[in-house]
Amino acid sequence: MKLKKVMGNAMAVTLMLASLTACSTSGTAATSTTTGGTTTAAATTTDVATTTAATTAETSASSAAVTSVAATTISNLSDSITGSGSSALLPLAQDAAEAFKTQYPDISVTLNAGGSGTGLKQVSDGSVDIGNSDVAAEDKLDADKAAELVDHKVAVVTMAAIVNNELSDSVKNLTKQQLIDIFTGKITNWNEVGGPDQAVLLVTRPDTSGTRALFTEYALDGNQESSDASYLETDNSGELLETVKSNPGAIGYLALSYLVNNQDVSTVAIDGVEPTLENTYNGSYPVWGYEHMYTKGEPSETVKAFIDFILSDTYASRIEAQGYGVTAKMTVSR
Amino acid sequence: MKHVSMFRKEYAGRVLVSICGVLMILITLSIGAFLVYKGSATFTVFGHSLGDFFLSADFNPSDSASGPAGTVGAAIFIAGSLLTCGLALLIATPFSLAAAIFMSSISPRLGQTYLRPAIEIFVGIPSIVYGWTGLTVLSPFIRDLFHLPYGNTVFTASLVLALMIFPTITSVAADSLAAVPVSYQQAAYALGSTRWQLIWRVMLPAAGPGIGTGMILGLTRAFGEALAVSMVIGKTRAFPKNLFSSTSTLTSVIASNMGNTFDGTEYNSALWTMALLLLLISLFFIILTHLLARQGGGGKHGPS
Repeated sequence: MKLKKVMGNAMAVTLMLASLTACSTSGTAATSTTTGGTTTAAATTTDVATTTAATTAETSASSAAVTSVAATTISNLSDSITGSGSSALLPLAQDAAEAFKTQYPDISVTLNAGGSGTGLKQVSDGSVDIGNSDVAAEDKLDADKAAELVDHKVAVVTMAAIVNNELSDSVKNLTKQQLIDIFTGKITNWNEVGGPDQAVLLVTRPDTSGTRALFTEYALDGNQESSDASYLETDNSGELLETVKSNPGAIGYLALSYLVNNQDVSTVAIDGVEPTLENTYNGSYPVWGYEHMYTKGEPSETVKAFIDFILSDTYASRIEAQGYGVTAKMTVSR
Repeated sequence: MKHVSMFRKEYAGRVLVSICGVLMILITLSIGAFLVYKGSATFTVFGHSLGDFFLSADFNPSDSASGPAGTVGAAIFIAGSLLTCGLALLIATPFSLAAAIFMSSISPRLGQTYLRPAIEIFVGIPSIVYGWTGLTVLSPFIRDLFHLPYGNTVFTASLVLALMIFPTITSVAADSLAAVPVSYQQAAYALGSTRWQLIWRVMLPAAGPGIGTGMILGLTRAFGEALAVSMVIGKTRAFPKNLFSSTSTLTSVIASNMGNTFDGTEYNSALWTMALLLLLISLFFIILTHLLARQGGGGKHGPS
């Protein structure tokens, strides 16, 4: 009996903790670390030739706070960069970190997801060097806190409306008004817009999602999505893709980066304009936004090297290969 | 010298164990205090009443530091959690009881060698696996089976949850069935009862409090589960019209919005209040299991 009770207590505590961590882990779901080819210890030995041992020792022990001090004293950058935030930007940032490490093997880049809000908060309070965000800092933070942050528009993301493949032949194009009517619940059957007799199923994202904010603003002209209509909400773009793929009559939206080499769903043109990078560059397709990397104040030399690398011409082709747009190619701006 | 050896013999281990124990209590308390601090902001900083939170279904809090105040009604999510978890318990309990009876009374050898390890493996499966399988396999199956417009429903979520809490209930129930004194069984047989009469009339009532504890632990697990439920419930922000429509739960709305909201906004505070509510719910259930344990263990065995 005694043993049973002790076990019961232990289980109760474990379950309590488990339920708590289940809530908190969603904030830091995906973690990836890209470390330089050599370890920090190895970097110390290679740097001895150019700098004093004391400086490198300080570098290897450096946290984000002393980064700027240490980094300015050495030319062969050896440091760590931390970033967190937008899950839409994470795949691009991770790929950039991989490529960056071939040029700067002694810099390690650690990136976390967690959402745009997390990224902005953490860069604002100094716990990471880079805060990734789909939304402008001014939309989320106090004005004085937002003013401290420096915006780097590293890429352009184009959002496409997507439908289940069963609708691919009949619903190739929607006018903006039709799209608004569908998402606000006025149109509930695809036969109202020339499709088959099939009920419309909206697949959306949470109202705090950056993807949804962008789609609502530029595709729906600010009209809020209906909460009465038949709809399903999904936590992330991967889940949205899966839900649209497996439900006939489903319509949703996600970034073009999720549609590279993907035939599982079909994109829909808005007012006759296909959601492509070319149409985004020339300004004819309206549903796009910047992906921001925020730093608190001007970035340190190390962080600047990373951001400059992403904005460089050599990396631009890889940005496009992943379905994002290159900021420099935009003929329109916001 | 003698003093040192006494320290090694007795006090070193005791101190280490005590530190670990106290640390666990401190961690639990500080998590609770943190949740109270963050969760109470909805009422203290943003001035909503308890009725605004518990009774209203109007959930539209402001997500910016400077924006106008919104509403924080969480009634939909509370109802969604209660309905989903209650249904999951209803589905899981008969299967758990059957498995526990089979393991402890009908075929203990087969049960202990194969069934128990198999059930224990269930516990180790990550919830994302349950969620993704639910989304890609179970949800379309439910949709086609019942001719629904989509398969992400309360019923689907309850099925996934039932599968997840099944091992908890089964193992606790099997333990308490096995703990029924042999003398009870001998007495029942001596009075001429069949094996099923023994199980139904003697074993189950005697193990009742333990089975109740298992059910409550399962329910606590169900309330805390976020990921798997979140993926299959559809997260529509409306009360479910029936078991085959979609709704949201406390955990699903926290999981999908916490990372996107900014610390200290009304939206963020409302989510923390829901987290606090979840903690209070599990605290309530844990107290309930202690009351049950006291009821079952009292008298015969003396204070344990």
